Formats: sequence, structure tokens, C-alpha cells
Amino acid sequence: MASEFNSSAFYSKLKEEKKLVGVKCLDCGHLSPEPRPMCAECHGFNMEWHPFSGRAKLSTFTCISIVPVKMAAKGYGRDNPYCTGIVALEEGPRISAMINGVDGTNPQSIKTGMEMVLDADDLDEEAPALAFKPA
Amino acid sequence: MATISKKRQLGRQVSIVGGGLSQFGAFPEKDTRDLFVEAFQDMVQNMDRGFDIEDIECAYVGNYSSDLFEHQGHTAPIVADWLGITPIPITRIENACASSGSALREGVMAIASGMYDVVLVGGMEKMTNLPTDGVTDVLASAADGLYEVPAGLTFPGIFGAIAKAHMDKYETNLDHLLKVAIKNHSNGALNSKAQFQQTVTEMMERRISRAQERGQEVPDYKTDMDFLNDPRANPWIAWPLRLYDCAPITDGASCVLLVSKEIAHNFADTPIDIAGIGQATGKPLHDSDELTSLSAAKAASQQAYDMAGITVADIDLAEVHDCFTIAEIVATEDLGFFAPGEGPRAVDEGRTARDGDHPINTSGGLKAKGHPVGASGVGQVIEIYKQLRGEAGERQVKKADPTVGVTHNVGGTGGTCVVNVLRRES
Repeated sequence: MASEFNSSAFYSKLKEEKKLVGVKCLDCGHLSPEPRPMCAECHGFNMEWHPFSGRAKLSTFTCISIVPVKMAAKGYGRDNPYCTGIVALEEGPRISAMINGVDGTNPQSIKTGMEMVLDADDLDEEAPALAFKPA
Repeated sequence: MATISKKRQLGRQVSIVGGGLSQFGAFPEKDTRDLFVEAFQDMVQNMDRGFDIEDIECAYVGNYSSDLFEHQGHTAPIVADWLGITPIPITRIENACASSGSALREGVMAIASGMYDVVLVGGMEKMTNLPTDGVTDVLASAADGLYEVPAGLTFPGIFGAIAKAHMDKYETNLDHLLKVAIKNHSNGALNSKAQFQQTVTEMMERRISRAQERGQEVPDYKTDMDFLNDPRANPWIAWPLRLYDCAPITDGASCVLLVSKEIAHNFADTPIDIAGIGQATGKPLHDSDELTSLSAAKAASQQAYDMAGITVADIDLAEVHDCFTIAEIVATEDLGFFAPGEGPRAVDEGRTARDGDHPINTSGGLKAKGHPVGASGVGQVIEIYKQLRGEAGERQVKKADPTVGVTHNVGGTGGTCVVNVLRRES
């Protein structure tokens, strides 16, 4: 039996709905920001779509100076590091995300615990990335 | 109906009777297969009693990504051909940077099962064909390509995020991280196989003398910390990690010969027993219970300690997976040497130095010895093998008569961890 809760839906829903849409397990209630056909907690197969509020707190971060090829193409590098990290969604789960709207050249100015919101305004058509910005 | 026992004991005991390393470094002229043959030759030349290559019945080799580094898949049979050991079965194991740790585990279980008596295990990686951004991409492919990589996380980036979390939760600071690098380079300076055989002070002096030769502004470093705090000498990679917090890009190979313990003395005067093996799996960092610890490392070490029947107090030394300086600090906490958050102070107090009570990475670690990712797990085992046999020369640990050593080999950012307990029979 095919499941609609597959990985590709994450970015298509992010693009179409401008929302972080994950899944909720109907058996145990566990939330996962990443769509998955099977609950990793209770191993059940009954999922439903679950839109997250998009509100979060910054758990940890890094500012990257030695960048991957794709980020170099966007103008990032030694002189223009970008910030990325992990946010804790207000519903509980954490997820990795780009951190927009902060100064990657000045990590001391970026504070863990900061209130963040989903930033789905300016998604790359080809390679959309989950991003948050300070609330 | 029979029940599942979950006793997790080996069917019979397995010993290491030889080990070899290629030179670690950047070798444009060498292919993966050449590196592996070099490691094998080193092993053969250092066997106590020699052996007949025809005795090898089976082999496992760890290799992360010859596919992406060299555009060569299916490397295991090529290696077997270069050793002239076809048609014995050889299998490549891929578990990112824990590939050869897992290969060793497969070899141990193949002997413990009773199937074979003599198994060759090793690992190899040829990384320097690609430029740094290409290597960054290949290593990042060991993270989650759907949820970590698109978020811009790189391999150093994920460990940078761990470092930031450790700094937030405990009193960890940037100096603690750099002190790990200073220690590991001081050990690597004594290892003739290491990629960097210089102390940080020697590298600082070289930079000063080079500036003088070229008539450039001569940096005014008073200490090695001044040097490491100069962004021109030690640029940011993924804040809070700098160049000297990161293991290098390395070409290299490693191998050990495993045999059933009953026949170990046919090959070695002083065999080293594999007293415990553990392997565990973890989730991506964002989904982990803690951002300052690798759950797989805790689970794998507990399995290995339980199998060996030891506690942390029995461990004389360890080689841990210091792909980044913070990774060594976290490893020493996950392995139980120090309480969570106490790792940085232990570095400050010299407890992880060669003459400390918990010597860590006497080989120079991945930081100074080099990190050919697929070769690193077995490379760690070779250092413990040498130390327990008293053969580590100038870098031999100061404590007398070490008998128990541990290796800790991490794949990716904690998706895999392999821990082994090695013991010299008394």
C-alpha cells in the first residue's frame, strides 16, 4: 500500500503552502516535521499531515565560511559566511534550518534561544531550503 | 519455542596479530589500491613470526566513497587483485568515517562464527583528488541529504553546532578546543606515519621564518595560542571551529590481521585480543536527545565494555574520533572518562596527554595523523595494538604496562559509532 507521506512532499508543501508541514502519528500522537510513512516512535503506519506553526527557538547554530559548491554559487564564502543551525519548533521537535536575517560575520550577535519564525518568502525554485529568521 | 537471548557474546575469541599503515598525507601519484598495498606491506614487515598470505581466508575493507572521490565503485575486488588474494571473498563496508570500524567488526564476527580462522580487515580513502569544496560536498553526503544538507549544514558545520551547544551548556570555550589540537599535534610530531609531524609551536615558527624569508610583515606571536588566535594563520571554517579544529583531508590506508585466539601465537609473540566490540546507531543531530553528546557512542561503548567485562577504570588509553576538536571532548565524555561538561577541564589539566591519567589519541589522532575517512577506524586500532605491545616508541604512554585500550570510531555526525576494547593477555 503506497503512502502519500513521503519525503518529496516536504519541499513541495513548503513551496506551495509556505508552511512547514510534517506528520502526526494517529496511533501515538508523535509529531515529525519530516514527512514519513512510518512512526519512528511507535512503529505504526497511520499518519496524517500536520502543519507546524512556524514559530521556534534557536537551539544552536554555526556560521559557515568554507562553503559547499552550491552555496558558493550563491555568493557565500570566506568573506560572506552564512548562518545555519537547529531550531526547536514550538510544538516540540527540532529541525535543521538555514538561519536568515542574522549577521554571519558576527556570530557573537546571534543568540541561542532567540525567537524565530519560518522564512518561506524567498524559496529557491530548484532547491528550496527550510529557513527561519528572527521573529 | 526458543527465545532470543540477546547475550551478545562472541562465539569464540579473536586476536589481532599484525597491523600496518600506509603513509598518511597527500599523494597525487597513488591510487586507493596502491595505498592499501602499502599498508599491507607495512603489516607484513612488522609481523612477529611472519605468515603465509595464502592463509587469508576472507577480507573486509572499509571505504567511504571511492565512488565520489575517484569515480570508482566496487573497490574491494580491485584491492584483492592488487594483493593477489583472489578468489577469497572480500567485501567493502560503507559506514561513512566508521567504515573500517565496521569492517573490523564484520571480520571479528566472521571468525567468532567459526567460519574462518584468518581474516584481513582494513580501510582506505583517497581524498585529495578533489578540491576542498568538492571534498566538503562528498563529506556532507554522509549527513541527511534531505534535511541537513539543504539547510546548508556541512560536516564541520554540524560539529560547529555541537561545539556551540557545548559552549552554551557548559563552560567550554575556544581555548579548550585549541588545546586539543595542540596536544594532538604534539603526539603526531612523534608519529612517522602522520600527515603532520610538527607541533603547533613548530608550525608557528615555520610561519614566522617564511615571513622573514619573503620580506613580509613578521607576525608577533609570543605563544602558540597567539598563533592559533590569528585569523590569517587559523581562519574560520564553521564558527566556532577554525582550521586547527579540523582533521585534514588525507590519502591513506590501514589493515590488521585477525585470527582466532587459539592460533594467535602461530603469528605473534604478543597478540592483542579483541575483548569487546560495540556498534550503535544514532539519529541526525536535530533529532538527537542531546546536542552535546552522540547517543550512538554511549550505546556502543556500553556494549563493548559489557562484552569485555570492564569498567572505565580499567581503560589505560584510547584513540577517539577527533574529526574536530570538539568531537574529542564529546567522545571523552560519551566514553565515560569524564562527566558531561568535564571534558574541557580535563584537557586544561593535561589529563588526556601522553602522561595523563586518560591518554587520548597518542597517535596524533585524526587531527594530526590525518583522516583518510575509510581507513581511520582500523588506523586507531593499530595505535592501540602498538601501545599495548609497548612498541609506540617516543609516543609510548607514560603509564607502565598498559593492558586495556579503547577505540571510538564515528560515522558521519554520530549516525554510526563503533567502539572496541582491546586487551593484552596477561
